[in-house]
Amino acid sequence: MKEILLKAENVRAYYKLEKVSVKAVDGLSFEILEDEVIGVVGESGCGKTTLSNVIFMNMVKPLTLVDGKIFLRVNGEFVELSSMTRDEVKRKFWGKEITIIPQAAMNALMPTIRMEKYVRHLAESHGIDEEELLEKARRRFEEVGLDPLWIKRYPFELSGGMRQRAVIAIATILNPSLLIADEPTSALDVVNQKVLLKVLMQMKRQGIVKSIIFITHDIATVRQIADRMIIMYAGKIVEFAPVESLLEKPLHPYTQGLFNSVLTPEPEVKKRGITSIPGAPPNLINPPSGCRFHPRCPHAMDVCKEKEPPLTEIEPGRRVACWLYMEERA
Amino acid sequence: MLALHGGESMSRLVVKNLTKIFSLGFFSKRRIEAVKNVSFEVKEKEIVSLVGESGSGKTTTAKMILRLLPPTSGEIYFEGKDIWKDIKDRESLVEFRRKVHAVFQDPFASYNPFYPVERTLWQAISLLENKPSNKKEALELIKESLFRVGIDPKDVLGKYPHQISGGQKQRIMIARCWILRPLLIVADEPTSMIDASSRGGIIKLLEELREEQGTSIIFITHDLGLAYYVSDNIFVMKNGEIVERGHPDKVVLEPTHEYTKLLVGSIPKLYRKLEDL
Repeated sequence: MKEILLKAENVRAYYKLEKVSVKAVDGLSFEILEDEVIGVVGESGCGKTTLSNVIFMNMVKPLTLVDGKIFLRVNGEFVELSSMTRDEVKRKFWGKEITIIPQAAMNALMPTIRMEKYVRHLAESHGIDEEELLEKARRRFEEVGLDPLWIKRYPFELSGGMRQRAVIAIATILNPSLLIADEPTSALDVVNQKVLLKVLMQMKRQGIVKSIIFITHDIATVRQIADRMIIMYAGKIVEFAPVESLLEKPLHPYTQGLFNSVLTPEPEVKKRGITSIPGAPPNLINPPSGCRFHPRCPHAMDVCKEKEPPLTEIEPGRRVACWLYMEERA
Repeated sequence: MLALHGGESMSRLVVKNLTKIFSLGFFSKRRIEAVKNVSFEVKEKEIVSLVGESGSGKTTTAKMILRLLPPTSGEIYFEGKDIWKDIKDRESLVEFRRKVHAVFQDPFASYNPFYPVERTLWQAISLLENKPSNKKEALELIKESLFRVGIDPKDVLGKYPHQISGGQKQRIMIARCWILRPLLIVADEPTSMIDASSRGGIIKLLEELREEQGTSIIFITHDLGLAYYVSDNIFVMKNGEIVERGHPDKVVLEPTHEYTKLLVGSIPKLYRKLEDL
């Protein structure tokens, strides 16, 4: 049995605006095990990027943690991140225990600052010997397929895919246990996408990082590396299951619709055909009552409009939030 | 004049030895060959895809077919007429615009933000040969076209572009096709900016158009998955040249050119894992 690395309990994070709240993450509970890749999949606006901010407690106004707890295992003991301030989590854990490759990673580096400066800065803020860390950075550059001498270069001299790998190298230099990658492949062409996936998997194999959370809208990509997948819709987890069983038989009607809209060059896809989900995702200021998917769901029943289906384990390891699979619907 | 009959069904579009060279610089001219000696044919009721990465010359090819960019050399025949040599007056150009329609990647850029969205549909009506006799009839035609693409006219009429979704905008561009009934649609990445869950709808609408009106469609895309699913014929472009062509099953399942092999091998699949990760 693998140990739990990160645990979220009933987490709610809203964007609190003057009069309204955008309920971007609304009551999520899940756990991430050690030595595991978790894919978080959903359409734009479903709250997946907000979820990544919540996990490493990057709460910048108007984003506010309204409810729930987040625990991270550090040196064998659980620390409650949600009870600390952003600054405290940042000082103690960012870079060392938990790190993120942001959505626009290739543009995360200032084009006119040499990349080694970021490493020096990192060494300074964590009280590590600069030369030692630079040496480590050079090795890490080599591991992600970049020339170690390039650390002296300016980011604008590198291509998009290379810059992204440089960001990964710098972000993982302190061997954090959890790596969050937010849409890392969406701006790359397919050949570079594959290189990136290789780099991520290699880091996990070498034990540089223990677990990876891979946030994306591209199911075919995340399917290549993930062990389990979280499917999000309108700020909720609708399904959470091992990748193989999910692909074999998606349970939630939203998951089914999402999978059937994927076009990959495979004979199975031609046989299956392509479908689309009618309507559009809801506004998260005023989400629909009951199950948030019910206005678009082909199987909606009366209960779906009234009561929210809880995320329930219906087979070992398979959790789904849908009344179709629950016996007591009253 | 070119023979119109290509096999059993008629050729709608014939592209022969098409080349486009861009010259850069004032004194020391640098030449960029964006499209090199490209030839292909699109038959009636046929869907073909030009597949390639950015910079492969696929959009330049599309622009030349749409008569937006003159070729350096080579010919493009639409319905037997050379579109760069035989179209001389305004009348025949309007006729060409009526018969060849473009659907672009960015549905946001296809609308003027200062006008209600149905303006593009009124413009389509003004292009028609047999215009409706009065405004009421024209409005009926607009409503009918919106119903065809699965939009309730109430939801979009009188609205401005920022008030409707990207998927709706792309559907309205296809509603334009229902009014104009073009013979050829050039669709440049029509689904790349729409959410996955509504992409299937757009593809189905274009397929319906083909079935009911015999429209030929050229997809310009980097998405081999889309090309594999919809096309009768695929042309893979690389550095301005067509490096592989044929039936989707042949191109995707048994690629022969190194570039196609690399492309197919790198694309993540849903039902199988990449081996060397």
